[in-house]
Amino acid sequence: MAEYTTDELMIVNAARQLGALAAAGKSRCFVGIGLPSTAANLARRLYPVEPVLIYESGCIGSKPTRLPLSIGDGELAETSDAVVSVPEIFAYWLQAGRVDIGFLSGAQLDRYANINSTVIGSYESPKTRLPGAGGAPEIAASAGAVMVIMRQSARAFVERCDFRTSFGYGGGKGDRERFGLRGGGPKWVITDLALMEPDPDTCELVVVALHPGITRDQVVAATGWAVRFADDLETTAEPTSGELDTLRRLQPA
Amino acid sequence: MITSLRDAVAELVHDGDTLALEGFTHLIPHAAGHEIIRQQRRNLHVVRMTPDMVYDQLIGAGCVTKLTFSWGGNPGVGSLQRFRDAVENQWPHPLEIEEHSHAGMATRYAAGAAGLPFGMLRGYVGTDLPKHTTTIKTVQCPFTGEVLAAVPAINPDVGIIHAQRADRSGNVQIWGLLGVQKEAVLASTRSIVTVEEIVDELPAVPGAIVLPAWVVSAVCHVPGGAHPSFAMGFSVRDNAFYKAWDAISKDRDAFTTWIDKHVVGTADFAEYRESVGF
Repeated sequence: MAEYTTDELMIVNAARQLGALAAAGKSRCFVGIGLPSTAANLARRLYPVEPVLIYESGCIGSKPTRLPLSIGDGELAETSDAVVSVPEIFAYWLQAGRVDIGFLSGAQLDRYANINSTVIGSYESPKTRLPGAGGAPEIAASAGAVMVIMRQSARAFVERCDFRTSFGYGGGKGDRERFGLRGGGPKWVITDLALMEPDPDTCELVVVALHPGITRDQVVAATGWAVRFADDLETTAEPTSGELDTLRRLQPA
Repeated sequence: MITSLRDAVAELVHDGDTLALEGFTHLIPHAAGHEIIRQQRRNLHVVRMTPDMVYDQLIGAGCVTKLTFSWGGNPGVGSLQRFRDAVENQWPHPLEIEEHSHAGMATRYAAGAAGLPFGMLRGYVGTDLPKHTTTIKTVQCPFTGEVLAAVPAINPDVGIIHAQRADRSGNVQIWGLLGVQKEAVLASTRSIVTVEEIVDELPAVPGAIVLPAWVVSAVCHVPGGAHPSFAMGFSVRDNAFYKAWDAISKDRDAFTTWIDKHVVGTADFAEYRESVGF
């Protein structure tokens, strides 16, 4: 059995999902730096239909040969089909509905996949000031679907976010429609322990698969709400040596 | 028109001004930020989509009383330590913040450049930002009835950017990641552009834009002036420097020592380059 880190486990699972989506015609990904960018670049190398990488710095169709360290690395612009300004990337591309898949992460996530990346504690006198919204609110609103990649712990997977930076399903089913949001919302939450998906009837996140060797108790302990498991709970396939080799060759610049 | 950075800041940047030193990871005007610290400007309202190291330095050096922004971090590294210390502990003094999303800030700059009072977008819906930021409101489309977010134009007193080159008349050429460089200059009353080189004639470059000299107040020849950010075609992003900034900025004394030695204690950007060794 191949050895792998929890980051590699999350990246491989995200890449598999992106490969399946690209094969189904959902290939245009608005990627942030870090795990999403790594997963999208891995999927480009593993699957016959390549995801189209769009970076908020204005790069459309980037094909970097090495992993970028920031969304502004020159490599991204040099290998893009098009480079546009920042007002244009948000208005003409994201807002206009040209992005199939967006990625989000944050410091806190609740059972309806609302996410906090703004403050821990009160807004006026925060215990921890986080970077803030960036592109997240409009990715959450406008991307065709959203993939969340986040390490799971009771501190991060909370009953209620201290601040709602980006909207998942609000208070449950029907809230996205009530707010008039055009994008489909979070469809996949990939953690270091499990995969979660929204229940079609309630939009509450439900564990649909555990990673190899992970128990239900571990997931329960790492979730701040009374987490539910799918009836047909699955186990994710181990990362293969082929997936891991390809991933490890993508070393950062 | 073409002048030293020292003279440009002395003439164009005043205490109490609203400034936008823009650069979306690329072409960030670090040298200009340092000159503002050297000349001890105070009570500034600074605007930026992605305040990073140079805003951390301005905040920690006590130049700033208000920050308008959408993402304040050290990209790929983590927290912006001086910004956090100002918000969490009011050091060196309280910092007022006005917080938006990237899409909202980009819309505000575009409205500012267009001379419109506000811009609109499908944004902020369902988030807590409108509860805390008074410059997020709504407007109804007169044609469809759709309710959209409305955000006021940004019109800084001074827009400051780095760019690749200018000609001797002061026409500025920019390529690669364009960010909101054009919008920041056009939205501002005055502007300063630092450039890698000044040439007789601007050669054609794929995807390049030109800001005509008559929308720019001052052009300053400052090679490397974006460091540790970069100028495509001239330099690469100094990722090691961004990583090193975390430790320097985490501690108030280490930060102050660094600023005193390398910024306040140097005469200009050329001396700063020697001092930090890049």
